[in-house]
Amino acid sequence: MEIYAPGGPKPEYRVLNEDGSVVGRVPDLPEDRFIDMYRAMVLARTFDERALNLQRQGRIGTYAPFSGQEAAQIGSFAALEKDDWVFPSYREWAGLIYHGFPMDRALLYSMGHPAGAQAPPDLRVFPVQIVIASQLLHAVGAGWACQLRGERSVAAAFFGDGATSEGDFHEALNMASVFRVPVIFFCQNNGWAISVPVSHQMRSATVAQKAVAYGIDGVRVDGNDVLAVFEVMHRAVEQARSGGGPMLIEAVTYRLGPHTTADDPTRYRDEAEWKQWREQRDPIHRYRKFLEKRGLWDEEKESALREESRRSVDDAVLRAESHPKADPSAVFDHVYGSIPPDLARQKNDLMGRTIQGKGAGA
Amino acid sequence: MRQLTMIQAVQEAMRMALESDERVMVLGEDVGRNGGVFRATEGLQARFGEHRVVDTPLAESAIVGTAIGLAVAGMRPIAEIQFLGFIYEAMEQIAGQAARVRFRSSGQYTVPMVIRAPFGGGVRTPELHSDSLEALFVHTPGVKVVMPSNPRDAKGLLLAAVRDPDPVLYLEPLKLYRAFRADVPEDWYEVPIGQAGVVVEGDDVTLIGWGPTVPVAVKAAEAARERWGYSCEVIDLRTLAPMDTAALVASVEKTGRAVVVHEAVQTGGVGAEVAARIAEGAFLSLEAPVARVTGYDTPYPPPAVEDAWLPGVDRVVEAVRRTVTF
Ligand SMILES: Cc1ncc(C[n+]2csc(CCOP(=O)(O)OP(=O)(O)O)c2C)c(N)n1
Ligand SMILES: [Mg+2]
Repeated sequence: MEIYAPGGPKPEYRVLNEDGSVVGRVPDLPEDRFIDMYRAMVLARTFDERALNLQRQGRIGTYAPFSGQEAAQIGSFAALEKDDWVFPSYREWAGLIYHGFPMDRALLYSMGHPAGAQAPPDLRVFPVQIVIASQLLHAVGAGWACQLRGERSVAAAFFGDGATSEGDFHEALNMASVFRVPVIFFCQNNGWAISVPVSHQMRSATVAQKAVAYGIDGVRVDGNDVLAVFEVMHRAVEQARSGGGPMLIEAVTYRLGPHTTADDPTRYRDEAEWKQWREQRDPIHRYRKFLEKRGLWDEEKESALREESRRSVDDAVLRAESHPKADPSAVFDHVYGSIPPDLARQKNDLMGRTIQGKGAGA
Repeated sequence: MRQLTMIQAVQEAMRMALESDERVMVLGEDVGRNGGVFRATEGLQARFGEHRVVDTPLAESAIVGTAIGLAVAGMRPIAEIQFLGFIYEAMEQIAGQAARVRFRSSGQYTVPMVIRAPFGGGVRTPELHSDSLEALFVHTPGVKVVMPSNPRDAKGLLLAAVRDPDPVLYLEPLKLYRAFRADVPEDWYEVPIGQAGVVVEGDDVTLIGWGPTVPVAVKAAEAARERWGYSCEVIDLRTLAPMDTAALVASVEKTGRAVVVHEAVQTGGVGAEVAARIAEGAFLSLEAPVARVTGYDTPYPPPAVEDAWLPGVDRVVEAVRRTVTF
């Protein structure tokens, strides 16, 4: 009798140590790419902190902060091209903004404005997915379509550790494996699914090892090491593009903020754990040390970047807040390809009301 | 009497159920350590332990599916779906399984379980957190569907649901969780499943609502009285399946007119079922067509435009006027 036994965790793939020193193979990239990624990380953090403030001031609604996950997101998006398909969850703004999703739209999303769910037409970015794990299947379908149509593009699904408990996760991995679909399953294991720690979400030692059961490759990478994430994602994308099939990537990272602005992590999370990640494992700090050691970065560049990031976030806030107000009657226009008579009547009803009844609402 | 909010009443009912019967357990996402994202299960895990108040993995189909097995094998599970919009994940387990176990086994096996889920609009939630999906389950024989509109009913209906021998979907209008406090008796009491309540008595027209639209109907009744002197009766359906047809018919036989108000989309909604029952049971008393004031036939819209979409007091008042002056 041979028993398949669960193994211990494989080591996380790393390029940089926590102090920014090189412990692996640095990806072969031009200098400006290195710097670009850093700039994107700082901009993202600035955006995230600002968004939290805006929510507290009541200027945007519920928001899911990503601070702490910048390396995982920017490293992975850096390996994607514009015509690759992207299926994000609600916590992907760092990666999406780096990919070309305008910051003001990201803010509009949290303002509850329908425009916030629309990516610019030159991107293949699906609207933010709220339902945990659903988008994995869509990514499999999109990757499959690329394969069937002979396109070079691949599809990438982004999701969290909690998502791996849903049936959709397992169905997606199996389906992708059976049809050798060019899709990358990018899991940000940020330690928590709202109040539930990974250790309670699953008894397997890693997310990555779940790939083995489906006959696909799985990798566990230090999600706070942007170069390691890039390298792993790059390899997965190359494999998918060249017909080698799907890959599951587990980026081990940490959600520094609350689950969303409606959440209070002090109810369930140990302060010491949070402190350790914040003070010793910050992905931006680590990468900055690396750049400094390479002579690519210094204090002067840093303060200029911070100032510039602050200004572009200010601009985005201004653009979002001066965006035309959402038109309630437009909700009828996108239910079907053409509006059925009954719905047209309902649209008229609502329009009559919003014009005549200003402020008279419930 | 002491006053509680609806969320406190829900919490208290679960606490009493857990105390009174050791087969009762609570399971769902974030219900344990965190006490539920709305605090419905606040303090329960600390009090009853991790085996009776269980943080499950993030898997709705698994929560409901295992709750079926638990119930069949002697437990009394109260499963929480974090938001009703995520119940689609568990649809097969509810409609294809829980609802049919008794039927399939000719009564050999039964599923005494409760599924709680918050829902409802007007609170600026992200997508799929607000949708009213009660019609899906009213259309599923074998499942009972209840929906409280106030703290007192919230406790009494939940206790009745826990004692009920069949699967009960207990839907919680999240806008009302902390909207107001009301008298809630401290001891165990049950609001019978299958009984509507008369919230306001009146003679000219019957307003029928459930959950979040009950306060809307009450306000509309007040407005119609002030403006035109109409006397509106307001009925809180409370149980959507099995529906209290007798209460609807009795009221409309008195008033001759009816306006149904629900947040769910109009087409195929429970309002249509209510209208049909009134037409069947009180046809000769009707002086006007039964009016429906509902959500429009679109997916629940994003927060920036939801107020215009929701059936508000002004739309109900207008329907009352139209019905009375028909
Ligand atoms: C199907 C479904 N169930 C429940 C929820 C409520 N919910 C939103 S986020 C979340 C936790 C997700 O955790 P994880 O997958 O680790 O992603 P993270 O939020 O950590 O990025 C839950 C339970 C949901 N959105 N969808
Ligand atoms: Mg997580």
